[in-house]
Amino acid sequence: MKVHVLTTPLDDEAVARLRAGDMVRLNGILYTARDAAHKRLVETLSRGEPSPIPLAGQVIYYVGPAPAPPGRPIGPAGPTTSGRMDPYTLPLLERGVKGFIGKGYRSDEVKAALVRHRAVYLAAVGGAAVLLAQHIVSARVVAYEDLGTEAIRELVVRDFPAIVVHDIYGGDAYLEGQRAFRQHP
Amino acid sequence: MVREISVAHLQRKLTALLSEAAYRLPDDYLKALQEAHRREAAVLGRDIITLLLDNAALAEAERLPTCQDTGMAIIFLEVGQDVHFVGGDLHAALNEAVREAYRPLRKSVIDDPIRRQNTGDNTPPIVHWEIVPGHHVRVRVLLKGFGAEMMSRLAMLPPAAGLEGVKRFVVETVEQAGPNACPPVIVGVGLGGSFDTVGLLAKKALLRPLGTSNPEPHLAALEQELLEAVNALGIGPQGFGGTVTALAVHVEAAPTHIAALPVAVNLNCSAPRRAEVLL
Ligand code: SF4
Repeated sequence: MKVHVLTTPLDDEAVARLRAGDMVRLNGILYTARDAAHKRLVETLSRGEPSPIPLAGQVIYYVGPAPAPPGRPIGPAGPTTSGRMDPYTLPLLERGVKGFIGKGYRSDEVKAALVRHRAVYLAAVGGAAVLLAQHIVSARVVAYEDLGTEAIRELVVRDFPAIVVHDIYGGDAYLEGQRAFRQHP
Repeated sequence: MVREISVAHLQRKLTALLSEAAYRLPDDYLKALQEAHRREAAVLGRDIITLLLDNAALAEAERLPTCQDTGMAIIFLEVGQDVHFVGGDLHAALNEAVREAYRPLRKSVIDDPIRRQNTGDNTPPIVHWEIVPGHHVRVRVLLKGFGAEMMSRLAMLPPAAGLEGVKRFVVETVEQAGPNACPPVIVGVGLGGSFDTVGLLAKKALLRPLGTSNPEPHLAALEQELLEAVNALGIGPQGFGGTVTALAVHVEAAPTHIAALPVAVNLNCSAPRRAEVLL
């Protein structure tokens, strides 16, 4: 299995090297956003107002972290289910977001849009929240503080591990992985 | 003979129980996960199970919640009919226990499904009461993450659907859930009752420790058959393919109406937080 060490923001070249099923280790900045932040962000964009965070080349992590214990930058922070963000994903792709990290299936519409906009969907291991938080070096709220755990945070990560689910060629690591073990007709 | 139990005592016990559940996954689950590691045929699947085991160990050692989503607190209270709660408002005490236990945890509860304002302290919990003979109080909690809860389903099947219909519905639910429910999952199946109670039966099935089966032989056989059918889906750990999609299927059944075969499937995930105490 191939492991790519990446630094955000991502460019087209870096994204083009990734194939469904590859592992990545992310370094640099990730922006957190889940349900409520997506709703507000996309409403802001649709009114023609500026985004509170940079989007071009950026990677968005679908997570609502646990509160930071004393002396740590953040609490446990594993991925949330990505499909709930499907209705908000196209406007973000149109503004140049290059990667999304979450867990679970995406809609066919999002899969096709990832190919069109040359962006990738990555999965982190759900339930491994404590281990994942160890790769987060710092965290600060940069927008929508009133949303609590759902606020947009800027995370600085080191070697943050994820698996490429959808690449820019239409590859699907879930489909391909499951096919080998499926015993149903 | 009436036994008095102070609500302050119940509150203290409940706070400790909720915390224990958040930081420490049940032994029977960890054992089942270790066995699953030996059984899993996919290399990536085995790596993921190892990560989950390491994550649980680190969470316990550092007293951190095993998963960031510590869910809604679901509290089951089995109360002996000779028990009298004294010294305050019982419901206020349950709320206070949740508030206290969730202080260092994520607040995931909103006040209203449409308005969607976070209550800020993870209250209220969901509380199920049962009055039983005797003078004990048994408190059981689930900290239920909603990744798996969102993939759970309920159907009012007609009797003609029969056992085949039930099996199809259960397998279909796990298939649709795929990676969303953070597999390996635990599958709670409720059968019978009415629209409101069949979901509760499925949830109660998740209270049962892994490695136990339904005492009714025909339901125990169904659990085994469903487990095999679910694992034949090939979804595997986190949905990347493998032989272990579910660690167990638990079935709970109840009498129902001549017109109906209600079935509910409540999924639990890679963070099946559960604890209980007897007062
Ligand atoms: S489904 Fe369970 S393991 Fe997965 S993120 Fe939610 S609570 Fe955690």
